[in-house]
Amino acid sequence: MYKYDQYDQAIVDARVEEFRDQVQRRLAGEISEDQFKPLRLMNGLYLQLHAYMLRVAIPYGTLDSRQMRMLAHIARKYDKDYGHFTTRQNLQYNWIKLEDAADILADLASVEMHAIQTSGNCIRNISSDQFAGAAADEVTDPRPWAELLRQWSTFHPEFSYLPRKFKIAVIAAEEDRAAVKLHDIGLQIHRNDAGELGFRVFVGGGMGRTPMVAPVIREFLPTADFVSYMEACLRVYNRYGRRDNIYKARIKILVHEIGAEEYARQVEEEWAHVKTLGLDPPAGEFERIAAHFAPPAFEGGLSDDLDRTDPDFALWLDQNVKAHKQPGYAIVNISLKPVSGIPGDASSAQIDLMADLAERYSFDELRVTHAQNIVLPHVKKADLYTIWQQLEANGLATPNLDLISDIIACPGLDYCSLANARSIPVAQKIADRFAGLDRQRDLGELKLKISGCINACGHHHAGHIGILGVDRKGTENYQLLLGGSGAEDASLGRITGPGFDEDGVVDAIERTVEKYRELRTEGERFLDTYRRVGMDPFKEAIYG
Amino acid sequence: MKILTGNDLGTGDVVWWTGSDWSRHVADAVDVDNHGEAIAAAEEAARRVNAPYVIDAEQTPQGPRPGHIKDRIRAAGPTVRLDLNIKPADPAAGSWVI
Repeated sequence: MYKYDQYDQAIVDARVEEFRDQVQRRLAGEISEDQFKPLRLMNGLYLQLHAYMLRVAIPYGTLDSRQMRMLAHIARKYDKDYGHFTTRQNLQYNWIKLEDAADILADLASVEMHAIQTSGNCIRNISSDQFAGAAADEVTDPRPWAELLRQWSTFHPEFSYLPRKFKIAVIAAEEDRAAVKLHDIGLQIHRNDAGELGFRVFVGGGMGRTPMVAPVIREFLPTADFVSYMEACLRVYNRYGRRDNIYKARIKILVHEIGAEEYARQVEEEWAHVKTLGLDPPAGEFERIAAHFAPPAFEGGLSDDLDRTDPDFALWLDQNVKAHKQPGYAIVNISLKPVSGIPGDASSAQIDLMADLAERYSFDELRVTHAQNIVLPHVKKADLYTIWQQLEANGLATPNLDLISDIIACPGLDYCSLANARSIPVAQKIADRFAGLDRQRDLGELKLKISGCINACGHHHAGHIGILGVDRKGTENYQLLLGGSGAEDASLGRITGPGFDEDGVVDAIERTVEKYRELRTEGERFLDTYRRVGMDPFKEAIYG
Repeated sequence: MKILTGNDLGTGDVVWWTGSDWSRHVADAVDVDNHGEAIAAAEEAARRVNAPYVIDAEQTPQGPRPGHIKDRIRAAGPTVRLDLNIKPADPAAGSWVI
């Protein structure tokens, strides 16, 4: 894992003290809310429905047990004993006092964490593959590149006031576990015919009001040119992105309006100039960063055998444990989606427990996923049963990864001041309706995603089944979408027709999946069947 | 009726204008008629409230009930964590909000 050097620590510590002063001036009335708001947002502090909300950055979703325990400590000391893991691999506290905010940031800084780049029109926290460094299908670990991006983008003077927020994701596998094509910039590291590593560059994806799947603007970018090319991409956007209309300010609108080819041409033109500025770090600097991500000291010669005599354990193994590139090891997915639970929420005690398990069994590493779950990336298979028992005893062993109850849901109207409808109660009703694991497993991979407003924090456009909550004359109403995907086969869901009330949308989902069971052929996922037969049979089943 | 709400500057708590002060309980809110904006401006300037705004509400035997669900959730707390509500043990909280 990356460890701060003196510069990293110095800038984060300085930022805490700067914010402490800003808070004191606000509380003393020396600055107005209009003056203070952009300052607090630059430090991840929002004013939400019930209180201030603090969004903590977890760069590329990676953290260690010391950092995880600090998250639990903050939840216990300053909040209401829980935290909410988000769809951007961050963590949010919902009940923060302004008076405590600087102390919280100081606590975070003491474990090399912060809330920078979690708000505002800057380059946001870089996200990545939660299986990075462990996945058998990756060509390299993408996180050193994500870390390089973090260092390049943090406090970048030219890109601190972009037309709109800017989200970047990096992966290095064919399977896309980070939804790169739905980011402002998505980067996929791959090898060219000569065996060299480089980036496939997607630009102009996103969800929100105007969802778009990003086109490729460069098939192969040599790694040595990475930073200068990113600089050129951002410069073109910063210059031509719209600032006159917030709804048209994201880079996807620029790329769509001028076309991917023209945007790529402008980037190449700008890049020809940027390359002369010497922005690309020397190879030694990248190697310094990459050394922090060296594989842990895996033991050799371990057995892959597992005792599956406990049926509940076997179920969890089959659903939540994934293959590791190192023989004798596995990747453990901890579901934060228990039946009747709140997607992404974990209590302080649960966060502490996951930290303990990571320290003892996973080389001190954890990952946060964009699906609001937690990963122990490097676990010996021989330890799986012990881990499962501890997870089970603490409500963390729900074996539902990628099943219909593994729902992504934004906080919705229960917490968010932007929301038009509640998301969490709908997620809970769906999870309750499909609580039987046999039924869920029979339905197979089915990614259900719920947003409480058009901003799409719940990724509803990318759900195999998506739900969008809207406000219809003061009443919550839910639109149903089918056919989206955030994976390597990225696509945008289509609205089925008129919306439903809270119970109605749950019934509509039941009719949808029953139609799928009727239509599917051997081995077809819901998404495959939908793509084969189209919307009409589902529409008929839903609306009669 | 029209009532005035906002957040406490220091704690962020949801608060309601009582006619002379701010309360965490919407039942204490009073009708501000057409004086809401002026009260809001004065109170915000005095840093006794943050981001105040006027909403429509209905007078009920239990006190004012905000017209929009968003403000009813602000008044009561999240519908999915009743233990965190302003009145955690209130069995009527659900029907009051929805």
